[in-house]
Order: sequence, then C-alpha cells, then structure tokens
Amino acid sequence: MASFLGTQINPKSFHRSQLKFYFILLPIGLFMLLPVLYVVSQAFKPLSELFLFPPRFFVSNPTLDNFARLFRTASGTGVPMTRYFFNSIIITGLTILLTILITLATGYALSKKHFRSKKALFSINQTALMFVATAVAIPRYLVVTSLGLTNSFAAHIIPYLAMPVGLFLVKQFIDQVPDELIEAAKIDGANDWHIITKIIGPLVKPALATVAILSFQFIWNSTESSNIYVIDETKKTFAFYMSTLTAASAGPAGVGIAAAAGLVMFIPNLVIFIVMQGNVMDTMSHSGIK
Amino acid sequence: MMAENPTVDKKAGGFKGFFDTKVKPAWEKVDKDKVSTLLLLAPYIILFTLFIVIPVLVAMGLSFTYFNVIEMPQFAKMLGFYNYIMIITQDEVFLRYVLPNTLKYAIITGPGGYALSFLMAWMLSQIQSTPRKFLALALYTPSMLGGVLTGVIFRTLFSGDESGYINAIFLDLGIVNTPIDFLQSGDYLMSIMIFVTLWSSMGIGFLSMLAGILNVNREMYEAAYIDGIKNRLQEIFYITIPSMKPQMLFGAVMAIVGAFNAGGIGVALSGSNPTPQYAGQLIVNHIDDYGFIRYEMGYAAALSVILLIIILLFSRVAYRLFGERDR
Repeated sequence: MASFLGTQINPKSFHRSQLKFYFILLPIGLFMLLPVLYVVSQAFKPLSELFLFPPRFFVSNPTLDNFARLFRTASGTGVPMTRYFFNSIIITGLTILLTILITLATGYALSKKHFRSKKALFSINQTALMFVATAVAIPRYLVVTSLGLTNSFAAHIIPYLAMPVGLFLVKQFIDQVPDELIEAAKIDGANDWHIITKIIGPLVKPALATVAILSFQFIWNSTESSNIYVIDETKKTFAFYMSTLTAASAGPAGVGIAAAAGLVMFIPNLVIFIVMQGNVMDTMSHSGIK
Repeated sequence: MMAENPTVDKKAGGFKGFFDTKVKPAWEKVDKDKVSTLLLLAPYIILFTLFIVIPVLVAMGLSFTYFNVIEMPQFAKMLGFYNYIMIITQDEVFLRYVLPNTLKYAIITGPGGYALSFLMAWMLSQIQSTPRKFLALALYTPSMLGGVLTGVIFRTLFSGDESGYINAIFLDLGIVNTPIDFLQSGDYLMSIMIFVTLWSSMGIGFLSMLAGILNVNREMYEAAYIDGIKNRLQEIFYITIPSMKPQMLFGAVMAIVGAFNAGGIGVALSGSNPTPQYAGQLIVNHIDDYGFIRYEMGYAAALSVILLIIILLFSRVAYRLFGERDR
C-alpha cells in the first residue's frame, strides 16, 4: 500500500511522510488563531495593562473588569448592553427556526415532488447563490419600507429568511433519500407534513444543522438591518452595539470593553460550530454543484 | 346562488348543505398533492421574490432614473443610460480608484483565497483525522468572526500609533523609526484589506472542498498509479480535482461571493467612507457613498447593476472551469 503515494489521503495512522504537512499546517493554524487569541487576552487585561507601552500580547494579571464595565455601560442613547444582547438572541433564534422550516419544506418539494417549473426554480436558486445582498441594499430598503416593516423586529428577520445556499444544501441532501421510503410512507397513509417531520427531517439533520450554523453566523454578526431598517435604539442588535463601541471608543479603555464584547459575540459562534462540526462535514460531501 | 346564504336556504341544510354539495366535491376534484406542493413552496418563493428578485429588478429600473429618496423616482423623465454614461465617462473616482481597486481586490482575494483554501484542504486531507479536526477548526475560525469583529481586531492590531501591535513590533525590531500610519495613509490600506480577507477566506467553500477531497475513492488513485501517474501534483490535477468538480464549483462560487461581500472591510478598518485617498474604495463602498450618504439612489442603483454584472461574469468563469459539460 505504502508504495502508492495517493493512498495516503485520510490516513489512519501516523507516518513520517506526514511531518512536512504538519510543518506547514501547524504554524499556519497558529497564525490564523493569533488575532483571536489577541481578543481573548485583550478582554481579560486590566486597565493598567491596556495602557502599557510597549504593548504586551498576553495578559499577565487577568481580570473580569472589562466584562463588568461592558455590562454596566449603556450606549450613548442610554440603552443598556443587555438589551441589545437579548434582542440578538430573540432575533437569531427566530430566524434560525423559520429558516430551517422554510428551507426544509421547499427542499422537500424541489427534490421529491413533480411539477413543471421544478428545474427552473432550482436553477434560479442556483444563480441566486451568487447574490450579494449589499449590492442591492437600496432597493431592499425600499421593499422593506413599502411592506411597512421598518422599525420593527420583523425587519431583522423576514428579509433574511430566504437563504439560497441553505436551500441548495438541503435539496442536495434530500436527493440522497430514496424515493421508495417516501412511497412506502404514502402507502401507509402519511401526508406531506408527516413525511417531512417523521422521515425527511430526521434523515437530513446534518444539512439542517449546517443551515442553522450558516444562518446563525450571518444574523448574529449582521449590522445591516440595525443600520438601515431600524431606527429605534431599543430594537437594535448586539452586533450593531459592538460596531458603535469600536467607532466611538478610540482609547485603550474602550479597546478593553470592545474586546470583551467581541468575545461575548464570538463564543456562541465557536460553541455552535464545534458542536455541529460533524454535521457540517457530512453535508459538505453532498454539497457540490453539478 | 341561494345556497350561499345559510339562513335562507333551509332545504339544502343551510351552510352545511352548501358545503356538502358545492365545496366538498370541488375540493375532492382538486389534486391534493398539487395544493400541498404549492403550500410547501409558497413561503420560500414569496420571500425569495420579495427580497432577492424584486430588489435586483428595482435596481435595474432605478438605474435609469433620477431618484433622491425625497421625491419619488421620475419615471416620466427617464434618464435612459445617463447614469451609466456618467459612471463610465465622468465619475473620475470610479474610474481611477473604485474599479481598479475592486478588480485588484476581487482577483487576489477571490481566486487567491480559493487556491489557498484548496491547498489547505488538500494538506489537511494528508494527515490523520484527529489533528485534522483541530487544524481545520483553526483555519475556519476567522471566517466565522464576521465583518464587525474582524474590523475591530485588525484596527487595533494595525493602529497607526505606537500602541498598535504591528507598529510596536516593527519599532522594537528597528525596522522603522516612527510608527507607520497603516490605516489612514492610503499606501497600505489595500494590502491590509487583502491580507485580512485572505485570512478570513477559509469558510464554507473550504469545508466543502475538504469533504470533497476526503470523499474521493481510494481505488481511483491506485488505478491512476497503475496507469502511470508519477507524483502528487499529477495526482491532484488528474484525479483529485476532476473527481470533486461539484465541490470545486461550490467552493468557487462561495469564494467569489465572499470576496464581494467582504467589501465593507476597508471602511471598517479605516473608519470612514470614502476611505482615505480612496485607497480601499470598492464598488460596494461607492454604492453606499452615493446611496446612503449623498442619496443619489438612481446613480447608486446603476453602480449596483454594474457590480452584479461583474459578479455574474466571475461566476460564469467558475462554471466554465468546473461545471459538468453534459448538463
């Protein structure tokens, strides 16, 4: 076997020939993490170390002061940070839930149902993978306004529910489910609702988890809706608060708070991804565009 | 017709009669499967139309008009291609800075980030599964930080005075005598933007390619070696890439979209739009500048259309390279 160089893909055991890859990958991996480590260390620095010159990378006397100040500080308009945080949690939770439901229903119909415009719909969606929302921010704003969504919680959610990448991934995954399974269920008297909740849903869990992660990463980090669609400060999101923090606070004290806020923003991202990593890789092996 | 009023028509059994004689048979004739399919599709199609299709169409429509938000767009006084002509002939900022910047940025971070992702994914596939998981996570982490946080991190790292880490290191090593104003000077902003974007480019496309490489059938390689493939480079080009074309295409599309979506990074880093000396000004920022700062929405819409066309062209190239011919 060892004579085949190519068969070393996804090796089961360690071999000296792998060392060269470790030599390249380990430093790069570390390098990629450096800025993240920087935020972590910055978030735990006391004021004296934040002001320190020359600046030191790692914290020597870690403290939770920055977090305490983050929770105490209110934005310029007097809205406490916890309010933004709470808003973000509600908005993100609802968006993920609705996105999953809509994507699953549509993915099922596109994959297993027979209707005339099926192929056309899927290829339109595939073209929309290239859609860059920021390019058409203005017309989107006009649509949101004419629907009367401006300045409501719904403005954070509804414009982002149709997720072409999500539909694409879920549809590809449902294609793997054998038709016989669904036929059998139909003979047993199951309707579409049963098929989706009892058969398709559980079988395509990895794809749904991936959709959840992508939707989470987008909504949690997005400031667009707070910047453009919502005026009322009490209805804005944590990512928005984060962006105002950094704009206003140039001094090192502000940097500490910003780093603490950054960490609060980053941890959920990381935890969710680690928990669902296996699912994501599973989905990705079916994710190709043919 | 009488049956419609349940209180008058006693003979047919009122409303229930109407329901039994008219609605029920009609409902039975309807193909339940069709109704169900329609219901399943409706939410997505409605949302997709409202927030993706209509905005693109509206952008196209607005781009032919003068629209300043306060007055409604004057479709009666259609400008025709005036906005486009202005962009191509009169908009000095666009021609001298924005367009070259965007192309440079997109070509380096799009295909560059893509090649980097593939290379990393390939190397990761050559090592064992447990360390691979950790390293893949490390490479993927920057892409999940999001624009705001990325901006914050690199603004402090590249801060223009001696409290900035990069400057502190440079001063310490004696490379420079006075701190470099990385983000405000215009000389370095573009390079930093490209660096930051490449740093955060290993996202979902990277994961897709990693999964693709791991899924290639082992026997393919063995057969290829029997057929006379000699080294790993040949192996990549003759076996790995052709066997994972779908994932390669997905990765390419994601790389292109990512490159154009990350366009806000210049403004996030420098803290101003327009960016200092237009050094980091991309079409996305130019659109924001005209649309949300100067309120010349018609003009901004024309810029949007140009951006969408550029993205489409890039994607066409990707489909050419990796799409299945027999479709």
